[in-house]
Amino acid sequence: MFSQSTTTVARVRCFHCGEPYLDGAFALADRSFCCLGCQTVFSLLRENGLEQFYELNSAPGTRIRAASAAAKWVFLDDPAVAEKLLDYADPARAKVTLHLPAIHCVACVWLLENLFKLHPGVGHSQVNFSRREAAITFAPDKIKFSQLAALLASIGYEPQLTFGETEKAAPAPWRKKAWLQIGLAGFAFGNIMLMSLPFYFGLNSFNGGWFKPLAGFLSLAFALPVVTYSACDFWQAAWLSLRQRTLTLEVPIVTGLAAIYLSSAYDVLLQRGPGYCDSLCGLIFFLLCGRLFQKKTYDRLTFDRDYKGFFPLSVVRLDRAVSPQAATGAPGALRPAEVCVAISQLETGDHLILRHGELLPADATLVSGEACLDYSFVTGESEPVACAVGGHLFAGGRQVGGAIEVETVKPVAQSYLATLWNNEAFRKHSDRDLDSQTNRYSRRFTKIVVGVALAAAVFWIFRDAAKSLKAFTSVLIVACPCALALAAPLTLGTAQRLLARLNIFLKNALVVERMAGVDTIVLDKTGTLTCADVRGVEFVPAAMGLSAAAADWIGSLARHSAHPQSVRIAKSLSFAVLPVVGFAETPGCGIEGEVAGRRILLGSPAWLAKRGVAMGDLIRPAISVAVAVDGKYAGAFSLENSLRPEVARLIAQLGGLFELALLSGDNEREAARFQKLFGDRAILKFNQSPADKLNFIRELQQRGKKVMMVGDGLNDAGALKQADVGVAVVESIGVFSPASDVILDAAELPRLAKVLKFSRSAARVVRAGFVISALYNVVGVSIAAAGLLAPMVCAILMPLSSASVVVFSCGATAWLGRRLQVQRLPVESFVRPDFQPPAFNLQPVVKEAA
Amino acid sequence: MSVIIILILASLTVGLIFLGAFIWSVRSGQYEDTLTPAMRMLTDEPSEKISQTKSKLK
Repeated sequence: MFSQSTTTVARVRCFHCGEPYLDGAFALADRSFCCLGCQTVFSLLRENGLEQFYELNSAPGTRIRAASAAAKWVFLDDPAVAEKLLDYADPARAKVTLHLPAIHCVACVWLLENLFKLHPGVGHSQVNFSRREAAITFAPDKIKFSQLAALLASIGYEPQLTFGETEKAAPAPWRKKAWLQIGLAGFAFGNIMLMSLPFYFGLNSFNGGWFKPLAGFLSLAFALPVVTYSACDFWQAAWLSLRQRTLTLEVPIVTGLAAIYLSSAYDVLLQRGPGYCDSLCGLIFFLLCGRLFQKKTYDRLTFDRDYKGFFPLSVVRLDRAVSPQAATGAPGALRPAEVCVAISQLETGDHLILRHGELLPADATLVSGEACLDYSFVTGESEPVACAVGGHLFAGGRQVGGAIEVETVKPVAQSYLATLWNNEAFRKHSDRDLDSQTNRYSRRFTKIVVGVALAAAVFWIFRDAAKSLKAFTSVLIVACPCALALAAPLTLGTAQRLLARLNIFLKNALVVERMAGVDTIVLDKTGTLTCADVRGVEFVPAAMGLSAAAADWIGSLARHSAHPQSVRIAKSLSFAVLPVVGFAETPGCGIEGEVAGRRILLGSPAWLAKRGVAMGDLIRPAISVAVAVDGKYAGAFSLENSLRPEVARLIAQLGGLFELALLSGDNEREAARFQKLFGDRAILKFNQSPADKLNFIRELQQRGKKVMMVGDGLNDAGALKQADVGVAVVESIGVFSPASDVILDAAELPRLAKVLKFSRSAARVVRAGFVISALYNVVGVSIAAAGLLAPMVCAILMPLSSASVVVFSCGATAWLGRRLQVQRLPVESFVRPDFQPPAFNLQPVVKEAA
Repeated sequence: MSVIIILILASLTVGLIFLGAFIWSVRSGQYEDTLTPAMRMLTDEPSEKISQTKSKLK
């Protein structure tokens, strides 16, 4: 092992972004910053009198990771693109709603709403915190759309524009409608109850000739908009389910509602009684409250499942003048123009320029440049693959290093990734949701209720024909399965909300139910069980080992590079920062520079060999970065992908409850290690392509297994989608997979076993809720079938059944959730310093603001 | 007891006024975002902002 440097480096936190860094190289006005980007933002805000930003929250800024060139946004000025994104535009005024994932605290809201101070062309801006959106009005003649985007990016709020968004989804109008429906139902519920009070208490002085019909007709009038408008979604759903010849829960609900309203109208018109309008409005009110709660939970967690979101919106295309000189690139020839075009406009044969970090949108061949593509999205291999000129490059690769020129050989839609993601088999059929517990119960329930109602009617025909109709409608009224309809959404919705607090995000509440049914868990290796961090970086001593001085040299050099391997090496060393002279990075090869008078080379062994470093017969570790000092080989770093913390314990926990399997795109190098970890029964498969993973899952399912696939994102997108539950383990929310049902913060992975147990308990709570509502129904239906149903009984029994189910579902789930949270792991210990909380986590922010 | 009809009418009028106010508030978008306004009020707003913003909108 290498010796540690004795020099301790003071950890300072950046005044702007709060990230710890090693030295105060950047300072301004007694403040110190981690990077030039943070300092620039600070000075920009200071010049414009926006220093209050720093008073609202400590270190509220976002680190500017890569200076984004203004040219990156030029495509926004293309009228075709702008038209899709702008909410409104005329020559003098335009309005746009942008998704800014970096919004995270009260200071962000303040800064963005004071954006007009930074540029005279910006008008009013309004932030929607929960949706991480800012609606900005600007004057296109003073500030172009692209400049606005660049301005936002320059202060740390880079707009997230995805391909999906350009085909703008209609804004969801359900909120307004839902609130109106609830308000109306609540209003009618309260007022009808007030008018019914005399009947509840048998106050006969109100039984005068005019009061009863007045109250009856007013109740009917109030209930009419509630039944038609507030409950309209139930009518639509019931109609749809009847047309599809299925029985969802809405059918008996709607039957009940119709029965209550019609029999109330019958009673009032014939002056037989006050009707049941109070119960009717109460039922609808409770139903709508349950639904709103559920939708609000969904809404907070919606994420774009569109694969298009992963491709860049635009690429740089070379539009060559058709002249032989230009084609050969002879001096003096017309330089080909670089044009930003939207991906949808790409055609086969186009020449593209791909710069560092950009995704290749379609299969292509390399024309010039040193291609080094990171296919981690596709294959799971995190090592970039080099490619020679003329070689075939696959869509989804990310260029690492300098710019390359490629010629597309396939249209975008047909490229490998798109084919994989577009495959019909990957779509989870929505009718799988029909198989949920609620719908299974509702089918049985409806049949029983209709049976009982008919039986009661037939029975009374022979005994007392007048009571027959009343018994029939009474059964339908009482059996209205509102409590049943509330049990599942409330329990599962609460469970989903509790999990979201732990940074575990579910696509929808039904996932909890599917999770409860899982019996087999398939884990992906790269990026899921293993992670690339400080652990696993080892120096392989060659001639001299790693002395403190050498650690200083290497660390000082490595911290200048943003390459993942340099970052890992710099993090793993403790070193004193020394100045570096003549730093140079050869993309895809290595870095070099002069530290303390010594020339240090840090890079791939092949590159060092090319630079004339004699390496002898060194045993090369699988992934290695070699070091040369003054032209002499000094050793190498072996970068092992290390296991995430507590993975061993997690696997031991899961192993007792589930069948386990491991899939990996990597080679079998580590097979023995994982077989030991997983035990003998588990299936381990290596060298798996995305299609292999998918087939493996499908095979398991064909054997009747309910499979949960835990992967890291796109390389196993197909498998995630095929699995009954797909779990994406993410380090930051920007890289999640569109195919997953669950997004799990990587730091929470050790808790997976507890989450699965929790979901099983939640499913039991749902069943208990069903039992409670069934008990009420048995009591109510027996009273009704006996022909004894009075409005008073109805008014007490029905809201009581709904309310008790609401209390039970939420209470029991919250209690289970508390047990889940008590056993909270010390998360701090393994959160990476540059970890950003996922965009939809709302919890800590308000506290900070207070 | 016929005075009850006046009470009913009065209570219904008040109720309907509030229902109208509720419908107006929903329509005008006050229920769209219930989180940000609570954060916005925590910051001191320089008075120039309001006038400046308004003049820009015109």
